Amino acid sequence: MSELSVNHLLGIKYLKEQDINLIFETADHFKEVINRPIKKVPSLRDITIANLFFENSTRTRLSFELAEKRLSADVINFSAASSSVKKGETLIDTVNNILSMKVDMVVMRHPNPGAGVFLSKHVNASIVNAGDGAHEHPTQALLDSYSIRERLGEVKGKKVVIVGDILHSRVALSNIFALKLQGAEVKVCGPKTLIPKYIEKLGVQVETNLKKALNWCDIANMLRVQNERMEISYFPSTREYTQQFGVNKEILNSLDKEIVIMHPGPINRGVEITSDVADSDQAIILDQVQNGVAVRMAVIYLLASKIKQ
Amino acid sequence: MSQKLLLSAKEIDIILHRLACQLIESHTHFKDTVLIGIQPRGIFLANRIKEILVDDYQIKDVKLGYLDITFYRDDFRRGEKILEANKTHIDFIVEDKRIVFIDDVLYTGRSIRAALTAMQSFGRPQEIELLTLIDRRFSRHLPIQPNYRGRQVDAINQEKVKVHWDENEGEDAVYLINK
Repeated sequence: MSELSVNHLLGIKYLKEQDINLIFETADHFKEVINRPIKKVPSLRDITIANLFFENSTRTRLSFELAEKRLSADVINFSAASSSVKKGETLIDTVNNILSMKVDMVVMRHPNPGAGVFLSKHVNASIVNAGDGAHEHPTQALLDSYSIRERLGEVKGKKVVIVGDILHSRVALSNIFALKLQGAEVKVCGPKTLIPKYIEKLGVQVETNLKKALNWCDIANMLRVQNERMEISYFPSTREYTQQFGVNKEILNSLDKEIVIMHPGPINRGVEITSDVADSDQAIILDQVQNGVAVRMAVIYLLASKIKQ
Repeated sequence: MSQKLLLSAKEIDIILHRLACQLIESHTHFKDTVLIGIQPRGIFLANRIKEILVDDYQIKDVKLGYLDITFYRDDFRRGEKILEANKTHIDFIVEDKRIVFIDDVLYTGRSIRAALTAMQSFGRPQEIELLTLIDRRFSRHLPIQPNYRGRQVDAINQEKVKVHWDENEGEDAVYLINK
């Protein structure tokens, strides 16, 4: 098998294990490419990609744009803040207008869950979901798994705990799908108010004691508290959250083993993770960022190879 | 499908030694020379040439790398065949070096065109030469010719030239296959 089973990357939910393996093998080649003196290949020089960001993003947008440019694609960027969306244009109209300029692929971040799926049914282009509300963020989950594979050899059989705001996190959901698909064990840990009901149905366990969770796991993925998505108070204070669910050097030193610390960024230093942990050798946060470019190159390359001329 | 033997193991061995000697003739000590095997099929030939240079002619320190050209090909999205990438492994500097590309069959020249572009990503070599075991003449799409050739073959387009290597296919042989 050397072709993805899908024409769009809408979520990890739609992928098969072989798809993930193919993406990782392709990303290995691109990781070598982006460490060359000239970090660019001409594969996608006849492909145009639109990055549509209806929600703020720094890291993901830059990472996608860099990945596209490293593949020699033509890139157009769009952000909702400075566009006609403010004048009342619908999503399909916005996208169709952009596609009439002969765009082959759309990378989209949108505040509404399912926006990518909706778009894929109505427009004729390959769609990559760069985050849709609290639903999925597939490329983040892929680069997280890729980073685990790089650090620990494989994902299968590893124990991963996802700590923090699970309720509002698309990173958590995509990670759960990706990790389970590859045969890892997953626990989630956080305040009860930030853990969705019925999360066990996804095959994950809930642990509300951080120390116990860390002692169990090989990898801890620390999520950010998403204050911008919270309309009500989910915990009494940031200080209390940090006391119960923040990772610091002290708690890591008290464990029986050395675990790997991940964070999808942006970090709230001193809230979910202290600076000495974030900057330590145990943390692979910056590896995640570097791998993000290689993994996104692989996703875009593999999807583009399915666009027939 | 029928196939005809073009070169036997014995003939291949003689040709490989001749090619190695021709390389020595123009590169002497290989101080500034590096060999690059073109993935996927060129690496077997490149390994053999290096082996002969080191074992039979005592040339030390022959640098050999592998170059994958998948992302530089001009037929991406143009054929039914999915392009699969291979490993690139070049752990030396190519800037100002004399490079010898090594591939088993030179046909349209498009792979070598891609390899020339790919090489630019690693620096600016002093020169690039080409060594091939089989040169299918009269079938070039681009103005590319080998500097060192094993055997010239006249084959029509429906025919395929397949090189077998002991370490991969269990025998050294070159076949002309009628598709």
